[in-house]
Amino acid sequence: MSQTTTIHGEKISLLRVLGPGHVWALGVGIVLVGEYMGWNFSVGKGGAIAALIACWVAGLLYTCVAMIDSEVTSTVAAAGGQYAQAKHIVGPLMAFNVGLFLVFAYTMLEAANAITLGYLVQTVGGMAGMTDAAGEALVLHDKPFIVLTIMFLAWLNYRGVYATLTFNLVITAIAFIAIIILFFAVKPWTGEVLKHNELLTGLPYDWIGVIAALHFGLWYYLGIEGTCQAAEEVRSPARSLPLGTMTGIMTLLIAATMTWYICAGLMPWEYLGQAVTPLFDAARFMDSMPLMVLLFIGTIFSTLASANGCINDASRAWFSMARDRYLPQWFGAVHPKYRTPYRAIVFLVPVAVLFAYYAPLDQVITFSILSGLLGYTFMTFNVIMFRRKWPLGTIQRGYVHPMHPLPALVLLVLCGATYFAVFLGYGTQLMAMMLFFFIASLWFHFHRYRYVRRGDQFSMPWPRPQGDY
Amino acid sequence: MPDISTLNNYQLLEYGAWGLSFVFGLWMLLDMMKTNITYSEDLLISSREGEIEDALVIDPPHQGGHL
Repeated sequence: MSQTTTIHGEKISLLRVLGPGHVWALGVGIVLVGEYMGWNFSVGKGGAIAALIACWVAGLLYTCVAMIDSEVTSTVAAAGGQYAQAKHIVGPLMAFNVGLFLVFAYTMLEAANAITLGYLVQTVGGMAGMTDAAGEALVLHDKPFIVLTIMFLAWLNYRGVYATLTFNLVITAIAFIAIIILFFAVKPWTGEVLKHNELLTGLPYDWIGVIAALHFGLWYYLGIEGTCQAAEEVRSPARSLPLGTMTGIMTLLIAATMTWYICAGLMPWEYLGQAVTPLFDAARFMDSMPLMVLLFIGTIFSTLASANGCINDASRAWFSMARDRYLPQWFGAVHPKYRTPYRAIVFLVPVAVLFAYYAPLDQVITFSILSGLLGYTFMTFNVIMFRRKWPLGTIQRGYVHPMHPLPALVLLVLCGATYFAVFLGYGTQLMAMMLFFFIASLWFHFHRYRYVRRGDQFSMPWPRPQGDY
Repeated sequence: MPDISTLNNYQLLEYGAWGLSFVFGLWMLLDMMKTNITYSEDLLISSREGEIEDALVIDPPHQGGHL
């Protein structure tokens, strides 16, 4: 039976069905692909030891991100994650920018994953070695598989969050277990397989190489902060979000260190620094078919999980902004049956397809990293303002991060160093992106904000902030 | 439309991928249009940040639904 009028008081909300495992799968699922590919470009920038330093420095950066995010999100249980945090703590213009950072970071990452998946299918096609009647090697085109990846995952997201993130949980767990199996297969307790003594050759580009390596060092963890996009769909946000996020960053720290240890002990840095699929290559070095199959499956699954989580997060950010009228309210609709932000999901499909179809992979990745980095910079002053406006004890927190404000200051310093690293390789893109966000801010301030219902957007039952605000 | 008998396995895979993409895309578009027509706009955009009062929420699987 169709319903064309609203019964008084009836509302549709996103469905609260997720548990901490789904939150873990969302965060780790988005990121784990970075262990399978991408992180190793940091080896090319400064050698294997520089990549390890970048791994740990970026690990410290993201541990700060996870701690800060866990505390703030445990109080702001709303879809949109950092966007909702910015709105309540800093103000509308900051929130608008943070929302855009999120949508860009995740949509670009989704496009990068789709490009990678298309490449992997193409590579397998090449390895199958099919030839035509004249004996010429046939080429499998990657474009159909790029588009299929985005379409299938968008369809899955459209149909419901529970199935989407349960799917992510399964494939992310398999991809993570594959890394652990490879780690034990190389017998790190013996010197039979790994040759760190011979392969670790110092810093080929000195310390500037270490700084430059930071750019791709982020790839080990980029996206873990996406867990808080699920805030409105978890059964117990104050408990599940910190639990899922903190276990997620621990998983990634373990996976990143294992990955570096395996690959740096098997491949010379000159090769590793430009390899497309370093973990799969490590399995090939082991000359074991089961390991190769396992790591290939891990590579495919991690890529799928990442794109899947990105669609989930980008659509929630877009939806939340529209719900507050920062964007046309039409995008703020929830599907009555599937309880998903279906218009936001569908709208972002052609955006991701266009970037995946036409833009080069390294540019897409850099735009994603830059958007993420801008978001992390926001977190530093966001948490300081949060603690000043609402000190401990004034509102209930599901998690309180230790040693405040040290994590925020460390995060700010590391963000500064990473901006410099990105500037070294992609200065033009950095400037172009800053200009874009500046123009978008002008549009929001002088045009869009007049449509926002200012009182309606602040929904948290918090006491008035302290201090001169 | 190409003659299927002249296609190699790779081309079949590629056409299969395009076909599936088209089906997923079309399914979403049709469902979105159907949903937009079936329900009132006020209801579709009625979600509000931070609201978790289940009594106010349409939940077809558990409350009989309004489909």
